[in-house]
Amino acid sequence: MPLLEVNDVHAYYGNIHALKGVSLTVEKGEIVTLIGGNGAGKTTTLRTITGLMKPRDGHVIFDNEDVSKYPAHAWVSRGIAMVPEGRGVFAKLSVEENLELGAFHRNDKENIKDDIEKSYEMFPRLGERRTQLAGTMSGGEQQMLAVTRALMSKPRLLLMDEPSMGLAPVLVDVIFEAIERINQEGMTVLLVEQNAHMALQIANRGYVLQTGQIVLTDKADVLQKDPTVQKAYLGIE
Amino acid sequence: MRRFNYIDLVLWLFRIGIIGVVLWGMTGKFILGIGNDYTISDWLDFFVSGLSQGSLYALIALGYTMVYGVLFMINFAHGEFFMAGAMTSTVLVALPLENAGYVERFPWLSLLAIFLSAVLTSVLVAVLTERIAYRPLRNAPRLVPLITAIGASFFWQYYFRGLFGSSLLPFPEFPMFDGKIAFWGLDFQKADIAVILTSLVVMFGLQQFVQRTKTGRAIRAVAENKDAATLMGIDVNRTITITFIVGASMAGVAGVLYSIVFRQLNFVMGFIPGIKAFTAAVLGGIGSIPGAALGGLFLGIIEAIGPPLFLEGLGVAGSHQLKDVIAFTMLVLVLIFRPQGIIGERLAEKKA
Repeated sequence: MPLLEVNDVHAYYGNIHALKGVSLTVEKGEIVTLIGGNGAGKTTTLRTITGLMKPRDGHVIFDNEDVSKYPAHAWVSRGIAMVPEGRGVFAKLSVEENLELGAFHRNDKENIKDDIEKSYEMFPRLGERRTQLAGTMSGGEQQMLAVTRALMSKPRLLLMDEPSMGLAPVLVDVIFEAIERINQEGMTVLLVEQNAHMALQIANRGYVLQTGQIVLTDKADVLQKDPTVQKAYLGIE
Repeated sequence: MRRFNYIDLVLWLFRIGIIGVVLWGMTGKFILGIGNDYTISDWLDFFVSGLSQGSLYALIALGYTMVYGVLFMINFAHGEFFMAGAMTSTVLVALPLENAGYVERFPWLSLLAIFLSAVLTSVLVAVLTERIAYRPLRNAPRLVPLITAIGASFFWQYYFRGLFGSSLLPFPEFPMFDGKIAFWGLDFQKADIAVILTSLVVMFGLQQFVQRTKTGRAIRAVAENKDAATLMGIDVNRTITITFIVGASMAGVAGVLYSIVFRQLNFVMGFIPGIKAFTAAVLGGIGSIPGAALGGLFLGIIEAIGPPLFLEGLGVAGSHQLKDVIAFTMLVLVLIFRPQGIIGERLAEKKA
């Protein structure tokens, strides 16, 4: 059984049919990437998987359970965490408070403290800035914080929406290395990216989304060689 | 550099005009000696009564600003939460206790009962309003909940008029708040001191709650980004309800403090303090908790000191009755010259 199964999901913004029957699966331990152009429905797909958006039709099945029935805030305690587009850190809260909010649904106070310390070991920059307001940090540091904060909920599936957006190329490398490392430690990742080149390099499998529909899916290295993908998303003629 | 246009010119003339009026009034007061001759202790009296009035504004303003923080909505029914607590605790608790002689025999216990009943009533009214009138409109255009709030305000006013009648109700006299108390050779009204101290304690408690507790953190997270807060597992609707409960509790406390000072209540008593507290919240920067506290204190003080300081010197008769003019002039000035308030942030720099 796949860890996550999105089954024929339809979603609307008003009258706009944004997702026209999207289906995808993510197996435990995989990195799966969802690529596509602007407005293809990538973010909308993630929003339906985190419950921020209710699909009008279709199901989101996580770990053999239809999570569509839960309110959005209950999904994180099921094990789904997301690094939202534009990072979504709480700019007016300190770094440490952001991490504490990441563990909001947990009640094991002592372990939360340990986990925060571990995050500081993983990203020493965050440790140096623990009392600083998150909004005063650079884009790269905020992205680190957003990833670490999502991990604080002890998820079984990590969703990432455009983690490379607005970052300098050197920082993009750092973030992608971090994603690979987190995956090697056992985390399942669903990665949405416009930077298809980077995403396909670290992913096991990929889906190509176009105007609300999955048009192509295969192993990542196969997609990298696919002529239509090369032309449309990798800039190779 | 931006080009200087005629709107800037008008605004500058306006600023100079305001400063001119204030200076002219102060000249009239202190150099020409127009109006009453006040002693230092008179000025101190003005200041302390202003501070006490300002503490009440601050307590009510905190409710406005917190609700604005999480919902971006001006809850114009907030003054009614204040009225509901004061009226209900007076009619159902304070007056029966007084008639039974308990106020005289157990003043502190009676006071505690009055505070508790006021806070409970304010919270109940607030939760009902949020649940029935505001929550269904969560995703409506911003004008819709604003109009609903004004409707809710009228609804509660006339609901309580129906319950308790339209005549002025007397609040019982408590011996401990009667008369004056001396510090460093100066006399202060006991009631004013009680109001100031209670408000300080409540505001300190609020600060601790918002900064140090998990729920407080959730409130701040919801105020900043509802989607991200949901992703953290925060129940946004529940957090909004808690915000209303906290704001209404402070309005309930303010209601009893108001009753202690003014000792007369009726169903429209929430209107003017509500509008003043809204002014205070805007003065301090709406959405900011320290801003609401500062704005309230500032408004109370300037209302009390302004009339003798610069209105009397202009030869205005009965200047102390014009404190509302000062309050609302302040509101207009802030909206023109510093719409983000004293310590508020610019709305434009929101959302990167």
